[in-house]
Amino acid sequence: MANDTKFRNRKFKAVGTRPPRPDGLDKVTGRAKYGADTFAPGQLVGRVLRSPHAHAQITRIDTSKAEKLNGVKAVITSKDLPDLTDGDSDLYDTLENCMARDRALYDGHAVAAVAAIDAPTARKALKLIRVTYTILPHVTDVDEAIKPDAPIVQPRVYTSGVSPKPKSPSNVARVSEFGHGDVEAGFKAADIIVEKSYKTEQTHQGYIEPHACLASVGPDGHGELWVTTQGHFVFRNTCAALLGMDVAKLTVTPSEVGGGFGGKTHVWMEPIALALSRKANRPVKLEMTRNEVFRSTGPTSSTSIDVKIGVKKNGRITAASAYLRYHDGAFPGIWAMLGAMTSYACYDLKNVKTVGYDILVNRPKVGAYRAPSAPMAAFAVESTINEVATKIGMDPIDFRIKNAAKEGTKSSYGPTYGPIGIGPTLAAVKKHPHMRAQLKKNQGRGMACGFWFNFGGETCTDLNICVDGTVTLTVGTVDLSGSRTSLSLIAAEELGIPYERVKCNISDTASLGHNDMTDGSRGTFSSGMSIIFAARNAIDDLCQRAADTWGIPVKDVVWKDGRALAKGKKHRKLKSLSLDDLAAASSNTGGPIAGHSQIVADGAGVSFASHICDIEVDPETSATKVVRYTVIQDAGKAVHPDYVEGQFQGGAAQGIGWALNEEYVYDENGRLQNPGFLDYRVPVCSDLPFIDTQILEIPNPNHPYGIRGVGETSIVPPLAAIGNAVSDVAGVRMTHVPMSPPRIRKAIKDKQA
Amino acid sequence: MMAGTLVSTIINGDQIEFACRPDETLLEVLRNRLGLTGSKEGCGTGDCGACSITLDGRLVCSCLVLAVEAEGRKVNTIEGLADGDTLHPLQTNFINHAALQCGVCTPGLLIASKALLDRNPNPTDEEIRFALAGNLCRCTGYDKIVHAVKATAKELRKQ
Amino acid sequence: MKYQTPSTTKEAAVLIKRERGKAFVLAGGTDLMVRMKIGLIEPDLVVDIKHISAMQSIKKSASGFRVGAAVSAAKMGENNALKKAWPGVVEAANLIGSDQIQNRCTIAGNLCNASPAADAVPALIAAGAKVNIVGPQRRRTVAVEKVITGPGTTSLAKGEIVEAITLPKRLPKSGDAYLRFIPRSDMDIAVVGAGVGLTLDNNGVIKSARVALGAVAPTPLLVAAAAKAIVGTKLNKAALEKLTVACTAACDPIDDMRGTVEFRTEIAGVLARRAAKIAYKRAGGK
Repeated sequence: MANDTKFRNRKFKAVGTRPPRPDGLDKVTGRAKYGADTFAPGQLVGRVLRSPHAHAQITRIDTSKAEKLNGVKAVITSKDLPDLTDGDSDLYDTLENCMARDRALYDGHAVAAVAAIDAPTARKALKLIRVTYTILPHVTDVDEAIKPDAPIVQPRVYTSGVSPKPKSPSNVARVSEFGHGDVEAGFKAADIIVEKSYKTEQTHQGYIEPHACLASVGPDGHGELWVTTQGHFVFRNTCAALLGMDVAKLTVTPSEVGGGFGGKTHVWMEPIALALSRKANRPVKLEMTRNEVFRSTGPTSSTSIDVKIGVKKNGRITAASAYLRYHDGAFPGIWAMLGAMTSYACYDLKNVKTVGYDILVNRPKVGAYRAPSAPMAAFAVESTINEVATKIGMDPIDFRIKNAAKEGTKSSYGPTYGPIGIGPTLAAVKKHPHMRAQLKKNQGRGMACGFWFNFGGETCTDLNICVDGTVTLTVGTVDLSGSRTSLSLIAAEELGIPYERVKCNISDTASLGHNDMTDGSRGTFSSGMSIIFAARNAIDDLCQRAADTWGIPVKDVVWKDGRALAKGKKHRKLKSLSLDDLAAASSNTGGPIAGHSQIVADGAGVSFASHICDIEVDPETSATKVVRYTVIQDAGKAVHPDYVEGQFQGGAAQGIGWALNEEYVYDENGRLQNPGFLDYRVPVCSDLPFIDTQILEIPNPNHPYGIRGVGETSIVPPLAAIGNAVSDVAGVRMTHVPMSPPRIRKAIKDKQA
Repeated sequence: MMAGTLVSTIINGDQIEFACRPDETLLEVLRNRLGLTGSKEGCGTGDCGACSITLDGRLVCSCLVLAVEAEGRKVNTIEGLADGDTLHPLQTNFINHAALQCGVCTPGLLIASKALLDRNPNPTDEEIRFALAGNLCRCTGYDKIVHAVKATAKELRKQ
Repeated sequence: MKYQTPSTTKEAAVLIKRERGKAFVLAGGTDLMVRMKIGLIEPDLVVDIKHISAMQSIKKSASGFRVGAAVSAAKMGENNALKKAWPGVVEAANLIGSDQIQNRCTIAGNLCNASPAADAVPALIAAGAKVNIVGPQRRRTVAVEKVITGPGTTSLAKGEIVEAITLPKRLPKSGDAYLRFIPRSDMDIAVVGAGVGLTLDNNGVIKSARVALGAVAPTPLLVAAAAKAIVGTKLNKAALEKLTVACTAACDPIDDMRGTVEFRTEIAGVLARRAAKIAYKRAGGK
């Protein structure tokens, strides 16, 4: 019973309420400590020297002058990070991305680093490092990179996923294919076919807190790392491996995280901080500037996507295909593969084929960004869906309803769906008052659907009952936006005690077994599931204590509403024992009462959303204004409804920025032109309206409470919802994201011509 | 080595003296010399507002103020917003309205919201949004933040 | 780096002239501090002008307004008399950045930073503003459109400092307006800026006008032909078309990450028309 993951319907007492968050007080008073908010005695300031070239051979690095500068305690290059990766190519990529070895692969690639007694000395030291570069031809565009004469970014990379194995290196790192049926036949059977191509530009997660860490490594091989991260256990494993340290001897403590969205699941400069500290034998604090965050961490892919959909006049799709070219930056990744998997996930298709091309370019190593790769694929597919609906004269929502995936549908990426929310969200869209709101002059409306898998993963938690009956939870998933609250609600629900009696702590790596990262919307899902099992284990122990106290068999004891009850007529004289009673007596009944759980959480449950957007476009300037926005998403079970709404609104806001204004701009030398918040334009408060939300709850059959991941899906529909809205008012199909005013203007004028 | 300057200022009502280099920003001094890490560096160039403080009652980005400029002036940071253990209504409403997620932009937003309500006790939604345009939030989409500020404005007007 | 707080303009000018290294004026710091942070400049001397009484106030007199160089844009927006007389100048100044920036930035600083996209400058040009410049030896006054000579460069000699910007006496039946195009609703550098100032005769016909464009050339432009297009008219359709043509012809923008040549040129005409209409209405035109 303890580890039973099946959803059982029940009336919830704690889950679904809206208590204030436990970390709220610290965050509104400035007491909460983020990555840059800690200090160690004797700490040094670390700074990193980065390549200004998109692609260059590093022929020589002369650090001698920097080393001699008064106040400089360590200078490192890749020589101080020897290759210990032992054939693990992913780990080698991480090592090379951390610090360039013989070639700089993108503008911003680290080539050396210093640790000095203060910032001015560190700055001076960087200036004294002489790097001799031989500039090589570079490529930054995803379609240019696959041309036969394109410079090869990684000579060690040969295309995987093709047969026969290629003989020469390629910028196409991987080809992946998904689908089923026979698309050729399907297109032949279609009455109407729509084929269109789309492009989306690179974006960044845009978290307000830059990466920062404080590293302290001693000559005895023991080390400590305080770091802003979404996965301190994974960071520990990676850093220990790269530095040749024993994993157990590196303790990583996660700080509060000032936004991650997937960008803080990867190691960027932490090994550098550790290597500097080890060399200097002093703590080293390393903070990235905003410029470095944009140039040298993990933005998304830019993409180039071809979509083809065939349909019968009655509205049934007969075949659908997508060819997706995503760039991975300078190191291979699975980003196009994820795009190929998600493209048609919302639909019930007999014949579908998606092919993803992961392509290398001289840009930073692409990282995960909230439902990675799905928003771009959704933009291409959902825009085309609207085109198809228009061509056959069908309402775009009805067209989607007619083709929506449902329980039993074989998804385009493989698995068969259980009960899912795409149909319900579409039905909710039709009923929503937003659809009936009057549009004013120069305004258009669009809607779109989105999907995300959500992940489970390795999870380990402890639940300890204190002598006064209050409960501490120890979890290993970093809290990004409120999971401490949700996990406390779950523990309170399971134990049958008030929420206020539970305190949730995020442990360091020394205090728990391995936990995968807080990503893939898995934090509440996985740690939540693990907490339920830990609580059930604790309840087993509590019942045993009660049984021992009463002298009755444990099978006669039941746990209800925070109390042990002796069931059966023969025990009716026995008064119930509360959690507090049992806790107070615990030292006499067997010692501390606790529950522990380590699992690989599975069955996170897919999550679907439909968004509606009204947008106004100035007829003379093409300036855009989002006037109304609605998010309808299936959460399975909303543990804390305020926080679920917050996830919906936050994801939508990021999608809106992506759709309208955010993009990486490179010049002809491959240098990033806008590595700052002035010209990388995320939405400001005055750019957005209130974002309406509707939470649907179609329980996930594989979670005891029906919980699904919620954090990511809401970034998937906005690009297409806005694309459909702008196309509606502009009278021309928008195919290039972001749909900035100059692009809209040009599309309108090209159509008029 | 750059010569140091002794600066005498009032921070959150307390008389404070510190030594700094002339080229250090007020943000750097608050965080690195005075241990007041509530103000954050999100960009260092005045685009994100995470370092917002008030200088003689005026809302500014502390990353764009030289620490030496604080001589003889009054500085107010997030650490001084609560009155002892009594939270300012903005702080309470931010928590109650779930107007924060990761919380890193929250100190700056609270300081900016207070600066708004101090000069305009009855702002419209649009006035709130433009007053807070200098404070980036990447988590919330600003929705619950605006609700929290509105609720606070209403509460304060009743007092 | 040395930091000085002189109490007179002359003192400040002398400090800068004498400095052998790189010397900079610090008013609001919203440009200077950014350039320091990103490593573009490493000052040897920073002269803080905010302690100079001749720069601290907005004075109204019979000859117009005098805005001291250390007056923040926020303070300009709080001056009712200034707002009433020169709404275009004040709204331009109040568009610069966020509230945080507004409490520090100055129109003198905006001018001397000499960005082609500076928001205050087209409005100041359209208003016929003048600049009081003080050097170690002498003072001079120049028309605001003569200050910026190229992106990041001004006609100020070493040691010359702007002490104040003056606006002429407001004639009856006058109005000014400034509009800019930005992709978001706030916080952006202008992609195009248009400032229009005009005065009507008793019949509501435009008798004099000044039209200025920003961000469409290496410097902000005073477009004489655009003014000519609307003088003698009541801003009818034909006049507005002529205005558009004149503005389009004057544009010499670049393609950059904020806008294309094509886009900027088109929007310049749109904003000039819209600003002209607002200025006309403010002047009492119907």
